[in-house]
Amino acid sequence: MADLAEADEADLQRLVAAEQQKAQFTAQVHHFMELCWDKCVEKPGNRLDSRTENCLSSCVDRFIDTTFAITSRFAQIVQKGGQ
Amino acid sequence: MEGGFSSDSVGSGGGKLDPGLIMEQVKVQIAVANAQELLQRMTDKCFRKCIGKPGGSLDNSEQKCIAMCMDRYMDAWNTVSRAYNSRLQRERANM
Repeated sequence: MADLAEADEADLQRLVAAEQQKAQFTAQVHHFMELCWDKCVEKPGNRLDSRTENCLSSCVDRFIDTTFAITSRFAQIVQKGGQ
Repeated sequence: MEGGFSSDSVGSGGGKLDPGLIMEQVKVQIAVANAQELLQRMTDKCFRKCIGKPGGSLDNSEQKCIAMCMDRYMDAWNTVSRAYNSRLQRERANM
């Protein structure tokens, strides 16, 4: 009986971890929307035109590129500062 | 019976907590929280886009703008979601 409970607990941990990962993804999308909506959408129309769609996609990619750029340059700065 | 537990998590123990039921509740709670987040942000953005100088009530054009804004916000949400997912897959492929 105790083994069954342990197996359930392991299952639960896996399933919860999967949901947490999904929740993290969703939180990031909300964050992107915060930034990219203002940059890309002017007056809301009957549909999103292709220029707006491209802007939104690019916005996500450029934000991630920015994150990488800042991370790596910051590491350099910290490294030099340590000398 | 061999094994004793199945991988589908509905009612697997005797009198123990049911992982399937727990997960259903977790998913519902997460979905509710996400909907609240979405509504709050959407309201903010659409207020900014649609309401200029606040008047005595929402006029017709403002109401129409709000409705369109909501639809476009959700379209944009889907676009951003797809873009992010694609990027994640690309990064994973490069690892």
